[in-house]
Amino acid sequence: MIKVSNLKKNFGSLKVLKGIDENIEKGEVVVIIGPSGSGKSTFLRCLNLLEEPSSGEIIFDGVSITDKLNDINKQREKMGMVFQQFNLFPHMTVLENITLAPIKVKNMEPVEAEKTALNLLKRIGLEDKINTYPNQLSGGQKQRIAIVRALAMSPEVMLFDEPTSALDPEMVGEVLDVMKGLAKEGMTMVVVTHEMGFAKEVGDRVLFMDEGKIVEEGTPEELFNNSKHSRTQDFLKKVLI
Amino acid sequence: MDTGFFIKYYRYFFNGTMMTLAISFLGVIFGSLVGVILSLMKLSNNKLARAFSSAYIEIIRGTPLLVQIYLIYYGLPMILPMDLGRMTLGTIAVLLNSAAYIAEIIRAGIQSIDKGQSEASRSLGMSKSMTMRYVIIPQAVKNILPALGNEFITLVKESAVLSVIGIHDLMYNADTLRGITYRPFIPLIYAAIIYFIITFILSKLLRIFERRLEASDKSI
Repeated sequence: MIKVSNLKKNFGSLKVLKGIDENIEKGEVVVIIGPSGSGKSTFLRCLNLLEEPSSGEIIFDGVSITDKLNDINKQREKMGMVFQQFNLFPHMTVLENITLAPIKVKNMEPVEAEKTALNLLKRIGLEDKINTYPNQLSGGQKQRIAIVRALAMSPEVMLFDEPTSALDPEMVGEVLDVMKGLAKEGMTMVVVTHEMGFAKEVGDRVLFMDEGKIVEEGTPEELFNNSKHSRTQDFLKKVLI
Repeated sequence: MDTGFFIKYYRYFFNGTMMTLAISFLGVIFGSLVGVILSLMKLSNNKLARAFSSAYIEIIRGTPLLVQIYLIYYGLPMILPMDLGRMTLGTIAVLLNSAAYIAEIIRAGIQSIDKGQSEASRSLGMSKSMTMRYVIIPQAVKNILPALGNEFITLVKESAVLSVIGIHDLMYNADTLRGITYRPFIPLIYAAIIYFIITFILSKLLRIFERRLEASDKSI
């Protein structure tokens, strides 16, 4: 579904990604772990061109998104993204946050968009917040709504950029639960996270990145219990206490 | 203080004040229109547009308003075939000056919005212009409006320079009274008091308005 070949990204003279090759299949949950500065967020952000790759190719659904001739907006409609800082629109209610893109981009009827939004909100148990503004919500609620906002576009793949890193510990669970639900329904997901428990439980495949490269990848079982690289082992030793 | 003087000549002060307010108001309104265009040029990807807008803003901010007023007052009639009159020429000078400052106000207002907002919007498939229109501008306006109010207050004071080209604003009329009455001090004191009252009231109103905006951020 997403095919990445020889992806490189430089920020000035700093080489953040040094050639990534990766294939993400439909329905797969791919979890990317690694130390900070390893390039995992940059890699994820390249997938929907929030960062423009310096070289290499990304093919999504048979369309090269790195080819400037292709309309990236059209491709982004099919890729939901969830950010560490939620990035809800503070001047809009929860409902408006969720319905904005379906109405403006997909030309959905407002009534229909609202119905979809309400159904999605019911799923995460926040239908009573429909007319609330984001600044009255807790971090966990904001992130769940950010997920729903992305889902309202019926994406084919969901990208998560450290979705629980900015949350108070007691709110991490509620967000992970929503993500687990999505995974169970067969959503294709690429998740950058520090939640090793989530990686083990939900991930079909785990990528360990360090210094701009994928050092090692495999099933959670392979990576967490039988990693072959010393760098992976070092990292896991530090995070799995 | 000589209140009799004020009562006798209040018309001069009143008319002058109205002129000062009118020119400042027109300056801010039309300056905003030009300012929006300049700021969009400065934020655009077009190099030429960016260079033009930057150069314009630097030149206006780097030269005195007095010089700009003279240049417009004497220069524009040489280029244009029709007679614009000093009032129009004065307003043009003020709006061209104020547009540069307003462009910077708008640019700063837009750039103050967190990058995550536009990333979230773009990641939903919204185009650059949709993102501007539905996500960035509505938030930036809250930063821009109070600063526009400040620009108006500045213009009320700065427009006193327009008296040099014979526009009958508050400063000019105060000068006239000096000539009529041979009393150099009293008219100027009254002019100063009026300028102060206007700007003081305006900045208080602005404060209230700003607090409203902040409140709407917290409570809704």
